[in-house]
Amino acid sequence: MTLLASDGSERLQRAAVKGRSLWDDAGRRLLANKAAVASMVVLAVLVLLAMVGPYLAPFAYDQVDKADVWLAPLQAGHLLGSDALGRDLLARLLTGLRVSLAIGVVATFVSLVIGVAWGATAGYLGGKVDEAMMRIVDVLYSLPFIFFVILLMVTFGSNIVLIFVAIGAVEWLTMSRIVRGQTLTLKNKEFVEAARAAGLTRAGIIARHIVPNLLGPVVVYVTLTIPAVILAESFLSFLGLGVQPPMASLGNLIASGASDMELAPWLLIFPSVVMVLTLMCFNFVGDGLRDAIDPRDR
Amino acid sequence: MLRYIGRRLLIAIPTLFLVITAAFFMMRAAPGSPFDSDRKLLPEIEANVLAKYGMNKPLGEQYVDYLAGVARGDLGPSLKYRDKSVLDILKENYPVSLRLGLSAIAIASVVGVSLGVMAALRQNGTTDHVVMAVAILGVCIPTFVTAPLLVLGLASKLGWLPTAGWNDGALINMVLPVTVLALPQIAIISRLTRAGMIEVLRSNYIRTARAKGLPERLIVRKHALRAAILPLVSYLGPACAGLITGSLVVEKIFNLPGLGKFFVISALQRDYTVVMGMVIVYAALILLLNLVADLLYAALDPRVRLA
Repeated sequence: MTLLASDGSERLQRAAVKGRSLWDDAGRRLLANKAAVASMVVLAVLVLLAMVGPYLAPFAYDQVDKADVWLAPLQAGHLLGSDALGRDLLARLLTGLRVSLAIGVVATFVSLVIGVAWGATAGYLGGKVDEAMMRIVDVLYSLPFIFFVILLMVTFGSNIVLIFVAIGAVEWLTMSRIVRGQTLTLKNKEFVEAARAAGLTRAGIIARHIVPNLLGPVVVYVTLTIPAVILAESFLSFLGLGVQPPMASLGNLIASGASDMELAPWLLIFPSVVMVLTLMCFNFVGDGLRDAIDPRDR
Repeated sequence: MLRYIGRRLLIAIPTLFLVITAAFFMMRAAPGSPFDSDRKLLPEIEANVLAKYGMNKPLGEQYVDYLAGVARGDLGPSLKYRDKSVLDILKENYPVSLRLGLSAIAIASVVGVSLGVMAALRQNGTTDHVVMAVAILGVCIPTFVTAPLLVLGLASKLGWLPTAGWNDGALINMVLPVTVLALPQIAIISRLTRAGMIEVLRSNYIRTARAKGLPERLIVRKHALRAAILPLVSYLGPACAGLITGSLVVEKIFNLPGLGKFFVISALQRDYTVVMGMVIVYAALILLLNLVADLLYAALDPRVRLA
């Protein structure tokens, strides 16, 4: 009897101090970071606005109205005013936000896939292969980014899918370096040894054991890549190579706002505010995640 | 040391070669030619023009010719700007970009390091919070937002500074472009310096310096700063590359005669030689800056041995 009872209480105790995983800890630290939590809330609102906003706006983003050009905010139902063609700025801003966020997410995903595959392979195989693969990365690094993208744009013409691919294809470089570094330390760990001893193939080890353990630094870098991509797209739009009008993106809204700023400063100010807010939130979340996942640095 | 530099320069040659090759064939894969215009050229004339620039030869042969030219230091004639060689264009416009970039990086380094040190010495104090808030804003506000806003405020409304133009590099014309270029760099540099400084100030040798009674000013300036700016040194290479792309926007907004505007226009017009010339200059610059950064790193950190 006594044996059984003690057995039961022990089990109870074990349940009470149920171990916390690394991710539980990280989540707790992240939620304690006020800037990061506030940024996540703002980002959620922005994403929601970008998704449903264009349907709720009283005007279409490309609806031209010759009678209502250069309206200041709050005139004739245009909450944020209208532009040189009488298009509603609010509708264009919501569409632009949607396009910019989409580019940010898709291009980051492209860079994630290429970067993780490249870096993990190079790091795991090591030796000559590693050297050759990282040499290629070095060469691509010394190509000025903008040149690379401009060439892609002029080669294939400017369209939105290409912008995804072009920016993603440029942004994977840093990702591959981070992943390679992590892989180098991971591949000598016991569990990889065990997998190898159990007869798993190289591809299997990379996919099943290396990649999942890279997740921490990769997640952090992804949250910091999204704003970098949004910035890169706006930069291209500013040079006239990005998203083409009448389609809107935060970048080309700012670009056209900048050229009309003497006449209609609101066309510059509202898109700029949304852009800065978006970038700032991503950066806060990224910083928060880094501190949460890898608290050594603080 | 000299052997190390020599070896690094030798390694740079194949890298540069790969960059040239990739850029050459990508550029040529683009549809269109530098001689497309609204008026269609007569076939005979077009053939003559192509022959003049050696573009009637097979692509492989043109590539070899081009490489031979580069090895001799001849980047060829511009295909769009008559009577100008690529070297002429570089010589004329590069100093403008260089002056902008160097001024910006110099100002950003001085201001950024000072702000970072100030913040680190008062960690979690008001100064620290203010500096870090400004730093985050600086990273998140792109140059093409700061530039028009500053022009709108300081130039158009207040009329303190010229809105645009180079004016042979007059100081007053440089203020706005350099400020715009320097702001994001100040933000990043101050963040890096602060992080480095905080870490260094906790280390044992700083405690030793304090224990033996050195004045705080001396500890910060002579002992801590040197180690704290190490991460900064390795950042400066990519930073200069960032300034180069950043100056594309700034040169466009302020209408400055730098190289930036040639980059986009020449690529769109398929002015092959000009684009190639610029790629070579930029790539060489980045390779060189990385080498300088590594040398500086070794000079600052006696634990690093160059071999």
